[in-house]
Amino acid sequence: MIAVLKRELNSYFKGIIGYLFAAFLLVFAGIYTMAFNLSGQYAYFEYALDSISFIYLIGVPILTMRAVAEEKRQKTDQLLYSLPISVTSVVVGKYFAMLAVLLVPTLVMACYPLVLTLFGNPYLPTAYSSLFAFFMLGATLLSIGLFISSVTESQIASAVICLVTMLILYFMSDLAGFVSADATASLIALGILAVICAVIFYLFTKNWVVSFLIGGLGLGGLLVWFNVDAAAFSGLFPNVMKSLSAFDRFYGFINGVFDLTAIVYFLSVIAVFLFFSVQVLEKRRWSE
Amino acid sequence: MIEVKHLTKRYGTHLAVSDLSFSIERGHVYGFLGPNGAGKSTTMNIITGCLGATEGDVFIDGHNIFEEPTIAKSKIGYLPEIPPLYLDMTPEEHLKFVLAAKKVPRKLWREQMEYAIEKTKLEPVCGRLVRNLSKGYKQRVGFAQALIGNPEVIILDEPTVGLDPAQIIEVRSLIRELGEKHTVILSSHILSEVNAICDSILIISKGKLVANDTPENLTRRLSGTSMLSMQVRADEDAVRALLSENTDAESITYRHGEESGVTGFTLSTVGDLREKLFYLFANAQIPILEMKREQASLEEVFLELTNADETVSMDASVEDAAAKEASEE
Repeated sequence: MIAVLKRELNSYFKGIIGYLFAAFLLVFAGIYTMAFNLSGQYAYFEYALDSISFIYLIGVPILTMRAVAEEKRQKTDQLLYSLPISVTSVVVGKYFAMLAVLLVPTLVMACYPLVLTLFGNPYLPTAYSSLFAFFMLGATLLSIGLFISSVTESQIASAVICLVTMLILYFMSDLAGFVSADATASLIALGILAVICAVIFYLFTKNWVVSFLIGGLGLGGLLVWFNVDAAAFSGLFPNVMKSLSAFDRFYGFINGVFDLTAIVYFLSVIAVFLFFSVQVLEKRRWSE
Repeated sequence: MIEVKHLTKRYGTHLAVSDLSFSIERGHVYGFLGPNGAGKSTTMNIITGCLGATEGDVFIDGHNIFEEPTIAKSKIGYLPEIPPLYLDMTPEEHLKFVLAAKKVPRKLWREQMEYAIEKTKLEPVCGRLVRNLSKGYKQRVGFAQALIGNPEVIILDEPTVGLDPAQIIEVRSLIRELGEKHTVILSSHILSEVNAICDSILIISKGKLVANDTPENLTRRLSGTSMLSMQVRADEDAVRALLSENTDAESITYRHGEESGVTGFTLSTVGDLREKLFYLFANAQIPILEMKREQASLEEVFLELTNADETVSMDASVEDAAAKEASEE
């Protein structure tokens, strides 16, 4: 794992991507800190962080697009498979390298609140808890990006799909406001979701029986539940959407809440997507 | 050293490797031969753990590659068809990455790096990015990478493809050199290459093993029915009469001799008929001008073995079609 981590870091910082990512993040962090804290005279660094979270929309695809897709294209995945290292350690190594690249600008940003103390009395606990949440949000999005990179064949496809996914996640709670909160609409939307899950499961496993069971059980369960308690369905789908939005969790920290459930949420999403990435790579060995 | 048991690999409905079993002894150079698409690369990928198998097992030195991949893989150095190199690293960095990934103890790094670089003559390009290297040097970096960790088995998938003749000769002598210390398996569809380097040849066709023998034995297999080409000073009728009375040669083809009054013919025989024919013609007062036994080359063995299936299956399909037509009528 250390070997993979080192190799990845080497490739990030020997090329332009590592610096580009850090510079990009720091330029925007600088601009917003100046605007809010220095010119605007707000004593809250978290406002700047709140405003720059959109950087992940572009930063995450840039950082993750090459991760696995490029290995496939250059056939270097064959080397990794033939080396005595497990797929899990390859994925985790790659992921930690991304975290390290994210950590560099985050550590630089950690100096900003201290700099601000020279000019006033910024409230440090929320500033640092928000910075921590900012890092955790990035870590979560990177794990999703890594997964997308592992299912695609080229970096361009990976970057585009990742960008779209990031956009959806970013605007998820806004989109949820547009979705009909009507009970029947929720039922239909969730039903479609169940079918999509079944189809994805089929695409990955080519197992008709289990896919049908998943789709059938999902739909059946929803219908039964709907018959028992239709009221529970009103507003259910928008709520589901909202609870999937990683960005919403981050906004909690901005508002001054150190939300442990959000941390658990971030960590679980990371674990799930790393697990998925490992599975995708393992599957490639067995079916291609 | 390597034991492959009932290996089967399906890609969807396409059967790439079908019930393949063989074992490989320590300290030899094995040639893995087959036409394109015969399943060579697939088999090698499975042996090295890059691919899973649909059925069957592979044991490297007693360790199952699917159940104990880490131990089994640490005994193998693999150079795939396209050398898997990180373009943004220098050969030196690349080798260091492989050293670390193979968990070679730090104190052995320098020694192993030097060994790999010296064997593959990488010295002049060590500090350049792999991206900028020529195809030949990339191949060598791939080679060096396979040598790292001093693996007991070195597996090379078509190691000479795309190299210039001088490089091919170099690579071949390198492989022979490696064969003294390691067990080497190389795949190729170039027969002369395999004939020149390998102690033993595995011929694979349509995912099945059709032969597993030394090059000498393989050629001898065909020489059981060797061809004898002769020219005698006599007219064709006399030769025909003489031969039909005294030999049971399976087939004789006649041709004009090099000058008038000379008959040439080729007969395919079982066993060695040379002495018998000498006395036969001597007694008949017919001078033999030329007698030559044509040894089957490895090419012919290869063609015969790899085409045998095809003709059989074609015959079968023709018969099937005929049977179908008959039943329809």
